Amino acid sequence: MSAHPTAARPAARRPRRLGNPLAGAGALVWLVVVLLPLYTLISSSLTRQDQALSGNPLAPPADPTLDNYGFVLDSGFLTLMGNTAVVAVATVALVLVLSVPVAYVAVRTRSAASMAVFRTFLLGVAIPAQAVVVPLYLLIAKMGMYDTLLAVILPTAAFAMPVAVLVLTSAMRDISEELYEAMALDGARPLRMLWQLTVPMSRAGISTVGIFSALQAWNGFLFPLILTQSEEQRVLTLGLFTFMGQFGLNVPALLAAVVLSVVPVFTVYLFARRALTNGLMGVGGK
Amino acid sequence: MTTVTTPLEKQRTGAAAGPRPRRRPAAGRRRAPGRPSAAWALPGLVFFALFAVVPMGLAVYLSFTSWDGLTSPTPVGFDNWTRLFGDPEFLQAARLSALLTVISWLFQTPVALLLGVWAAGRQRNRAVLSAVFFLPLLLSTTAISVLFHALLDPNFGVVKEIGPWFGIDPNILGSSTGALLTIAFVGGWQFMPFHTLIYQGGMRQIPQVLYQAAAIDGAGPVRQFFSITLPQLRNTITTSSVLMVVGSLTYFDTVLIMTKGGPGTDTTIVPYLMYRAGFQSYDLGYASAVATALVVVATGLSLLMVRFSGFGAMRSTREGM
Repeated sequence: MSAHPTAARPAARRPRRLGNPLAGAGALVWLVVVLLPLYTLISSSLTRQDQALSGNPLAPPADPTLDNYGFVLDSGFLTLMGNTAVVAVATVALVLVLSVPVAYVAVRTRSAASMAVFRTFLLGVAIPAQAVVVPLYLLIAKMGMYDTLLAVILPTAAFAMPVAVLVLTSAMRDISEELYEAMALDGARPLRMLWQLTVPMSRAGISTVGIFSALQAWNGFLFPLILTQSEEQRVLTLGLFTFMGQFGLNVPALLAAVVLSVVPVFTVYLFARRALTNGLMGVGGK
Repeated sequence: MTTVTTPLEKQRTGAAAGPRPRRRPAAGRRRAPGRPSAAWALPGLVFFALFAVVPMGLAVYLSFTSWDGLTSPTPVGFDNWTRLFGDPEFLQAARLSALLTVISWLFQTPVALLLGVWAAGRQRNRAVLSAVFFLPLLLSTTAISVLFHALLDPNFGVVKEIGPWFGIDPNILGSSTGALLTIAFVGGWQFMPFHTLIYQGGMRQIPQVLYQAAAIDGAGPVRQFFSITLPQLRNTITTSSVLMVVGSLTYFDTVLIMTKGGPGTDTTIVPYLMYRAGFQSYDLGYASAVATALVVVATGLSLLMVRFSGFGAMRSTREGM
């Protein structure tokens, strides 16, 4: 953490404090905008269905109940959760196994080939998933993978790779050359350097990438929508979408499903807030 | 022209003091032992090419074919493309996409910028609030769309209670302007934390000396904001704007779940039109043309923005994170 020299403090702070009331008020307004929907989400999910339709949606549930959650769990929610977990874990594994060597090469060799590879991924950031769903549909069908979880995992991982490579490259760049030289003197080969030096030293970047890929896989909608069909292969996001049609007026149950779908992500967030926010902050801190 | 020197200045004064100067001599020693061969990158590259780059090329090819998804695609020359530019639905979708992009940018940029600048302070309450502000980004677009669809239900949603305070008709998703504005708002609600963080990161990289100097010269907070903060954040604004533009050009889940492109076709933006043509009407050749047009516009716009702001002049972007 870069602590400011204490002498600089008063001068740097005074103007900020003057600007605070307005900015602080703005931040509070946004706080309401953020929290109100989340509050309603939770409180509605605890409301009995008959009361949800008649009562004031802002009032806390008069007679809180967990029945909605039970109903959702009985409606095949665990299958959705299981499928999504498989997709997320497989995506993270694929992204890391494939992206770490790419970043390692981009940082450690200065050949034209490695720079070309790096640039390909840089350009890849710009490809939106929507642009490729039609051809992916063709490709996945031809490969005989339509309506399998693999059909979701492979493109999701591919689309997580460009950002992964960028984040990993920047993390690995900060490892000092001397450490590599010292290992080279010991006769270490590239694989051992990667395993004993690069990977441990870029742990922060690796966890950021892992969390992001998991989040992307967990929240992905378009690939599952286009590339799967049957109920057995359905993931959470698609499940919410179909629940919306099935549950009709049972809004509390629908919102309970939304809450349940978010719980794992929130849990991860509790433990990995730093990795997430620092990774994002770096995007613009150029 | 203080702004022109910004990137350089940032590199010189920023936290990049670490490995950078040391690396340069090492670059010459290309055959130093222990460097991996470029072949190590091959598996990653092949995989990425197969599922992202090749499909992109394939999309262009398919845009010159007629394909129903079952039989083989048959080449039809420029048919899809001539149809595209004469299709009133596509022209309307393009107009709506452009409108949505502009509204989203106008909504998100000022709020994210101010929140980011505010959050860059190091007091404890800001850290706590920032953690709360982050929450929407964790929810999937699907979850958010389902949630807001419920909140905006004219019969039993929150909008029924709150709407009248602000003069909002509860049937907001049933009105054409209301529906589009709602989609812009919901997108902003979700992605604001992301852009706020980007601005927060950019803000933290501004050398404090500038503010100290300005304070000594007697510049107030407002003056400091416009004379130091804004110009210094220029590259950050570009990054954030490019991501916002590409993001709002590719909104899809929100529209599918909240409005199904309606009322009528009033929220049928380009990606939704692509989906409808491709996966509801099984006119996949035409859908490919729509998708290709979308990429061309999105990429063109990002390049333009990068060019105009001089962002491209910067190298080695993420040093000193």
